[in-house]
Amino acid sequence: MPEPVIVARDLVKTYGELSAVDGISFEVAAGESFGLLGPNGAGKSTTMRMVGAVSTRTSGELSILGLDPDGSGPEIRSQLGVVPQADNLDTELRVRENLLVYGRYFGLPRRQVAARADELLAFAQLEDKGKAKVDALSGGMKRRLTIARALINDPRILLLDEPTTGLDPQARHVLWDRLFRLKEQGTTLLLTRHYMDEAEQLCDRLVVVDKGVIMAEGTPAELIRRYSTREVLEVRFGSDRNAAVAEQLHGIGERVEVLPDRILVYTDSGEADLVRITEAGLRPVTSLVRRSSLEDVFLRLTGRSLIE
Amino acid sequence: MSALETRTDAQAAIAAATRPRRWGFWYVAEHRFRVMRSYTGTVVVAGIGSPVLYLYALGVGLATIVDASGTTIGGVSYLVFVAPALLASAGITAATEEFSYPVFLGYKWNPTFTGIHSSPITPHQIVDGVIVSVVVRLTVNMVLFYLLMLVFGAVPSATGFLAILAGLLGGLAFGTMLMSYTSTLEDDTGQIAMVMRFIVLPMTLFSGTFFPLAQFPLWLQWIGWISPLWHSTELARVATYGYAEPVWLTAVHVLVLVGLAVFGWVLSRRIAVRRLEK
Ligand SMILES: Nc1ncnc2c1ncn2[C@@H]1O[C@H](COP(=O)(O)OP(=O)(O)OP(=O)(O)O)[C@@H](O)[C@H]1O
Ligand SMILES: [Mg+2]
Repeated sequence: MPEPVIVARDLVKTYGELSAVDGISFEVAAGESFGLLGPNGAGKSTTMRMVGAVSTRTSGELSILGLDPDGSGPEIRSQLGVVPQADNLDTELRVRENLLVYGRYFGLPRRQVAARADELLAFAQLEDKGKAKVDALSGGMKRRLTIARALINDPRILLLDEPTTGLDPQARHVLWDRLFRLKEQGTTLLLTRHYMDEAEQLCDRLVVVDKGVIMAEGTPAELIRRYSTREVLEVRFGSDRNAAVAEQLHGIGERVEVLPDRILVYTDSGEADLVRITEAGLRPVTSLVRRSSLEDVFLRLTGRSLIE
Repeated sequence: MSALETRTDAQAAIAAATRPRRWGFWYVAEHRFRVMRSYTGTVVVAGIGSPVLYLYALGVGLATIVDASGTTIGGVSYLVFVAPALLASAGITAATEEFSYPVFLGYKWNPTFTGIHSSPITPHQIVDGVIVSVVVRLTVNMVLFYLLMLVFGAVPSATGFLAILAGLLGGLAFGTMLMSYTSTLEDDTGQIAMVMRFIVLPMTLFSGTFFPLAQFPLWLQWIGWISPLWHSTELARVATYGYAEPVWLTAVHVLVLVGLAVFGWVLSRRIAVRRLEK
């Protein structure tokens, strides 16, 4: 087991009365992909900013690559690539210029930065946009440029805060593909998501965060095994009837969860339970059997849905 | 083995941060120059056009009336009197442009400073780099202005070129103070426009720009005393036409301007840390 590159112990960040992060501990090994999953306001971005050595922690221990962000901020940041939740590109500069300027911040020679910028424009599929104004880019293109910018220094650790926000399925697919490749090359990835989809496959390990504390930790498969059933049966009876029908579903599945628009039946065999429901004379408007996901883990842990 | 590995990680990080630690402020300035490049045209056209307009309108136009009445101001023509003040005023205007919206934007609307801070650059270096870039821009402005003053024959004294420094110092004194203010803004609901209207404009009127401060009743003269523009104007006058004032007063001008500039600089650095590292 290689020495962890990120060690957080009882990490706390308070803003006045509010504890945005309230005692979080985790470790990330070199080359590992680690996810922070949680709903809005859970403290994911705040944690990312502390790990990114831009936000001073209130208390707790934090070590990145063996260095303390208090005092070694520039050293740590020299090894990071950061994709913030909200793009902060310089809209007064052109696309390629954003990369040129940013590369310089790492003390890289102009020539090297220029070469790297061209590689990254290709990586982000923005080759023909190099001279465009940033404002003329679509939201997804801006996102890709932000990601390209984060790679200008060949980072050891890549921090991605909701990286796929605003990307269409095609661009998303390309991004995950690139992230997989970076992972293969040994880059450590730390990413946040409020819904998991493809990230489920990318993350070696993840923590579920809510209200600034860790609710659970493990590999995606472990978490699903521990907190959910193999399958989920989703049935809809119309929003006014769901609650009433749920009363009658006693004994079906391991657990029943009523959401405003549907009922979730946690079970090992969705098909069999669907048959039992229809045999009981209940006619769902729609029904769907699917595998359990981290979304279900989250619902179980917090009683709330990830996607509002 | 593993301890060794961590040490190499940390050592690599320390090595990689050496250049940014030393030159970070300059990288920020480079960034600002690139942004300024997009409005170089405006800077140059305004940097030449506006001195020409002002020197002509006031120094030649208005001067015909003032000089015709047979009065001189402290023994010099109106052109010679007003030109250094116009230079000082141009310094404040240019500094106001650079330290108002660009700084506000850096923190807020399009938070480029946040982006820069994710790299090895520190908040202090961001402030320093912005200031360095403005010093360069201001110097260009002041040199252009000074050359035009020469063309208009508004510089009798051989020490005239020192007015460039006076203008630069005035711009920085006001500019860094302004930066510390714009750095604190969470929203711009007209505050920056208010600064222009209720601070910059009155300052121009009450700083001995168009006529000597002594023309005002004493209870209004204090505005001049605390105005960076007045101090910078008086310094420029000493430089361009040997305006006679006690040496201690000249020293006071320099001290006040340097003091304000340093105060605004230190304050801006502190605010940058508070704001970017929260
Ligand atoms: N600079 C700040 N000042 C005051 N409160 C803050 C600040 N930044 C974050 N917070 C608060 O801290 C809490 C956690 O915010 P954070 O941005 O870390 O959540 P998040 O998990 O990233 O949420 P989201 O999924 O919406 O991005 C929120 O209640 C937020 O309002
Ligand atoms: Mg967030």
